[in-house]
Amino acid sequence: MTHFLKDLSRSRAGLFGFVLLVVIVALALLAPLLDLPDPTRGDLRARLAGPTWQGLFSPGAHPLGTDEVGRDILSRLIHGSRMTLMVASTAVVLGGIVGTVLGILAGYKGGFIDRLLMRLVDIQLAIPLMLLALLVVAALGPSIRNVVLVLALTSWIRYARIIRAQVLSLREREFVQSARAIGASTARIMFLHILPNVLTPALVVGTLELARVIIMDAALSFLGLGVQPPTPSWGRMLADGRVYLSSAWWTVTFPGLAIVLTVLSVNLFGDWLRDYFDPKTRSAK
Amino acid sequence: MTGFILRRLGESLLAIWGVVTIVFFVTRILGDPAALLLPIGASDADIQALRAQLGLDQPMLVQYGQFLLNAVQGDFGVSFQHGRDAMQVVLERLPATAQLALTAIAMGLVIGTVAGSIAALKRGKAIELVVMAVALLGQATPVFWLGIMLILFFAVNLGWLPTGGYGTLAHLVLPAFTLAVFVSASIARLLRSSMLEILKEDYIRTAKAKGLLRHTVFFWHVARNALIPVVTMTAILTGELLGGSVVTETVFSWPGIGRLIIQAIEAKDFPVIQAGITLIAAIFVLINFLVDLLYGVLDPRIRANR
Repeated sequence: MTHFLKDLSRSRAGLFGFVLLVVIVALALLAPLLDLPDPTRGDLRARLAGPTWQGLFSPGAHPLGTDEVGRDILSRLIHGSRMTLMVASTAVVLGGIVGTVLGILAGYKGGFIDRLLMRLVDIQLAIPLMLLALLVVAALGPSIRNVVLVLALTSWIRYARIIRAQVLSLREREFVQSARAIGASTARIMFLHILPNVLTPALVVGTLELARVIIMDAALSFLGLGVQPPTPSWGRMLADGRVYLSSAWWTVTFPGLAIVLTVLSVNLFGDWLRDYFDPKTRSAK
Repeated sequence: MTGFILRRLGESLLAIWGVVTIVFFVTRILGDPAALLLPIGASDADIQALRAQLGLDQPMLVQYGQFLLNAVQGDFGVSFQHGRDAMQVVLERLPATAQLALTAIAMGLVIGTVAGSIAALKRGKAIELVVMAVALLGQATPVFWLGIMLILFFAVNLGWLPTGGYGTLAHLVLPAFTLAVFVSASIARLLRSSMLEILKEDYIRTAKAKGLLRHTVFFWHVARNALIPVVTMTAILTGELLGGSVVTETVFSWPGIGRLIIQAIEAKDFPVIQAGITLIAAIFVLINFLVDLLYGVLDPRIRANR
């Protein structure tokens, strides 16, 4: 852990990403404790009010302006981040579990299971992920659970491919060979010997996937197929604000910036994490 | 080589069959088109008659078999919305999508290759930092938001370009640039890291040591080898743009396949959904197939291994 933090503090980009991510997650977790206006209650007298820093700490201030029914944008952004982060991280973890298990199975067992899995990956890769997600959400109906399922569905392949490749080389290593020689069962080898060795690459894939899934989640909400109103979501705020583009730029600008900052922080941290765990680049430092 | 081509061809066909199958069964879950096509209050008898006419009263497997048989001949049925052959409706949108995707890829490739090469060759200089920061931002920006911001700036505020639509070159600029930003960001980052790897190789030192001109080394030794991963990335991105620019097409009201499929999903127009996704998947699989062949041309080592 100390080594981890020491290495992180040496990378400016990684540190920036990590700090930004911690701030975003903290804001999301602490949102109910912060003294923010109700994100779902409008104030028709303050419709489409522009951002203003005057009286920032007085009640009724809207530092980032209000939307078309007078809801505070800052409050909606922070509350929206709870949903975005929850949906995206659940999807990435779910996809990670499925992808890792299937990747280990395919890589270790080989043969028929491996061939079947790889063909399945080919098939799914041939459908653009966005279209697949749209089609499945449309078929199952837009709900939080279905959005999570769809995002996990677009995510498992990336884990499966990378984990499989790792397992192919792990399988030939001495500790696996000797475990087999003393008669360990296949399940035991897969869970006790292989699994701990692929958790690191799975973590790296997961971080980079998180960034992709956040954008995709926003795109689904943008098209009206994500989390349904009145729950605030960044993509939906963008879609609603688009109508007032020429008169109220803040309604679309800030939700977009929130997405960019979140994705950027995850990407920067993920890039650093990949380098940190990759012995090839680490020894070069 | 022939064996390799045949095997890849088989895999490609298998992938397309898989897509067609998935799309068939997922669209069945979308709902009953017969109930949607008739006005509210239509009698049960009317609904049953229409179901029989559309073949929806047959067992699922019979419907699937019939569907496959027709699909092989390019017949996906008649669009519920447009009342014409579904594949024809989709094909009419192909030029718009192809125009947007190819322009964006071309722009993105030029910008990305130049930026990536500069970043690799000027390692440690300020310009590398700037290029990489912009590329990182480009990758973190959702295309639909970038599109809206560009509309806000260039169309609403400055009034230089139209906010959306299709037809003239002016209509193409903003959507193509929006997509090109994402493409060039990915390519610049990839090309930089692949160039940095290659610059460390022994054969580069050899080439420099034997006194080759700098640009000979760059174009024949560095660029040629660094391009291999870029080719893969370009293929993946082209495939994604041909079917995945759904959101960009929506933002700019671009009459392409992506928007057509979204509208078809909303209207539960099964034939168009099926024809559209099958066509996109087929194009994607074909591109990947061609790329695998191209590798052999770019890298003699891969050719020899087959």
